[in-house]
Amino acid sequence: MSVLVFADSSEGKFKKTALEVVSYGKKIAEQLGSSVVALTINAGDVSELYKYGAEKVVTVSNDSLNTFNAKAYASVIKQVAIAQNATVLIIDSSINGLYLAPIVAVGLEAGYASNVVALPGNTSPFTVKRKAFSSKAFSNTVITSDKKIIGLAKNSYGVYENSVAGTTESFEATVSDADFGVKSEKVERVTGKVTIADADIVVSAGRGLKGPENWGMIEELAGVLGAATACSKPVSDLGWRPHGEHVGQTGKPVASNLYIAIGISGAIQHLAGINASKVKVVINTDPEAPFFKAADYGIVGDAFEVVPQLIEKLKAFKAS
Amino acid sequence: MKILVCISHVPDTTSKINFTENDTKFDTNGVQFVINPYDEFSLTRAMWFKEKQGATVTVVNVGSSATEPTLRKALAIGADDAIRVNMEPTDGFLVAKQLAEVVKNGGYDLVLAGRESIDYNGGMVPGMLATLTDFNFVNGCVGMEVDGTNVSATREIDGGNEVLSTSLPLVVAGQKGIVEEKDLRIPNMRGIMMARKKPLQVIEATDANATTTIQSFEKPAPKGAVKLVAADNVDELINLLHNEAKVI
Repeated sequence: MSVLVFADSSEGKFKKTALEVVSYGKKIAEQLGSSVVALTINAGDVSELYKYGAEKVVTVSNDSLNTFNAKAYASVIKQVAIAQNATVLIIDSSINGLYLAPIVAVGLEAGYASNVVALPGNTSPFTVKRKAFSSKAFSNTVITSDKKIIGLAKNSYGVYENSVAGTTESFEATVSDADFGVKSEKVERVTGKVTIADADIVVSAGRGLKGPENWGMIEELAGVLGAATACSKPVSDLGWRPHGEHVGQTGKPVASNLYIAIGISGAIQHLAGINASKVKVVINTDPEAPFFKAADYGIVGDAFEVVPQLIEKLKAFKAS
Repeated sequence: MKILVCISHVPDTTSKINFTENDTKFDTNGVQFVINPYDEFSLTRAMWFKEKQGATVTVVNVGSSATEPTLRKALAIGADDAIRVNMEPTDGFLVAKQLAEVVKNGGYDLVLAGRESIDYNGGMVPGMLATLTDFNFVNGCVGMEVDGTNVSATREIDGGNEVLSTSLPLVVAGQKGIVEEKDLRIPNMRGIMMARKKPLQVIEATDANATTTIQSFEKPAPKGAVKLVAADNVDELINLLHNEAKVI
């Protein structure tokens, strides 16, 4: 019996979410009196995972898996889960994690809870707390099947060092043509920018910015903070910013440590997309803007005066 | 092409979220239910295929009779017929099993759904359905074209998009981008009148075991009042973010 964690990597490097799921898996293994095994696919140096508690790392190397393919990855995870006698499987709730976990769940006849935000409150019955109603509530969900899959929400547990002397084992996974019914033809990535999914800090702006020509200061602020840029729905609808930056109910969800909203009033659909962020800062001229009720810190003021000051002061702060 | 669109019946996005029966049931009192927004994008894409390329569009929901107004709305938008599987949708796997039966019995080429429902946010039904039916599957779809049985689809990835090629039969979980929000349709009077006469078939659920149950709900702890900082004192904001919130 083991706890298996899928540690996702990109170009040989582990994502922060991979370190988070390993940290989380280690703790669950302790709760269950079990051991934690991490699975990697075409990752480079896996020793980093020992630092976060992986007692064993199962490595799968296969050139056909260089590009993410949900069905093929799901097949590999299933094979390793069976080989390792895994009763609990942990996958992050990233875009790729949410793509492959339901496929694995059917393959393993496992119950699946996505967007889980905490360690199991109870392991018998196995009860996890997950986001519901667009982060306006949580549901305490019991996974009743023998095998269980937890989809861990980003930034909900944290990354904790817990060094162990781990071992590595390579695994020959079988993938067939049938696993590649969906083929990747082209990946179009915005390069050189922090993505909303990876960002610990997101700087977002709305119609209060008055026009796309004023986004320079938003990008500069994001640059100083190492943040991703985002926007409200009206801004993407107006074509001021790309749709990929739209945050909200029907746009991208954000679960950053810090979310700075500039010139965004805080419509309920926007708040539904950012509820999971830990600390929210609002800068708005309207003291009645609904966002102030959802925010931790706020400045009632003109973005065109406040943001340049903030950039300068943050530069000085970072330099000190 | 025979298209099936999966429709979730969800509380309107502006609904107040409350629970009853010792926090074990969602309080539907005063709540307006709508077509799940992600499903609405997929339904609109299905209507596009129907009108431009020729297709029949069936909508399906797993739910009690309370969901029928939502299915009628989908019919008013232009779907040809509707199926309701008579079951309380308590678990994503159970819903996927019911939908898989409908798919197997209906001979559909393309199944469209939303990326997730905005109530339970599981995001698992389309992937489970595709696996149960052995259909190809594209999640988080933001664009697609069908040419014969060949499909080109675009999905969202972190920091960009990925273009995929695949073929029918196919399950697609759509989101904004598969059509734009401005292209979503509001039922007109003629559509509403016609929808009343369109077939809505009720079928009984197939036996299956749930893999999860919801024990209880809880709401986030009440948040303290916002701390306001003077507009000419951003040093104080930086101080709070560094020393109090510890996020910079």
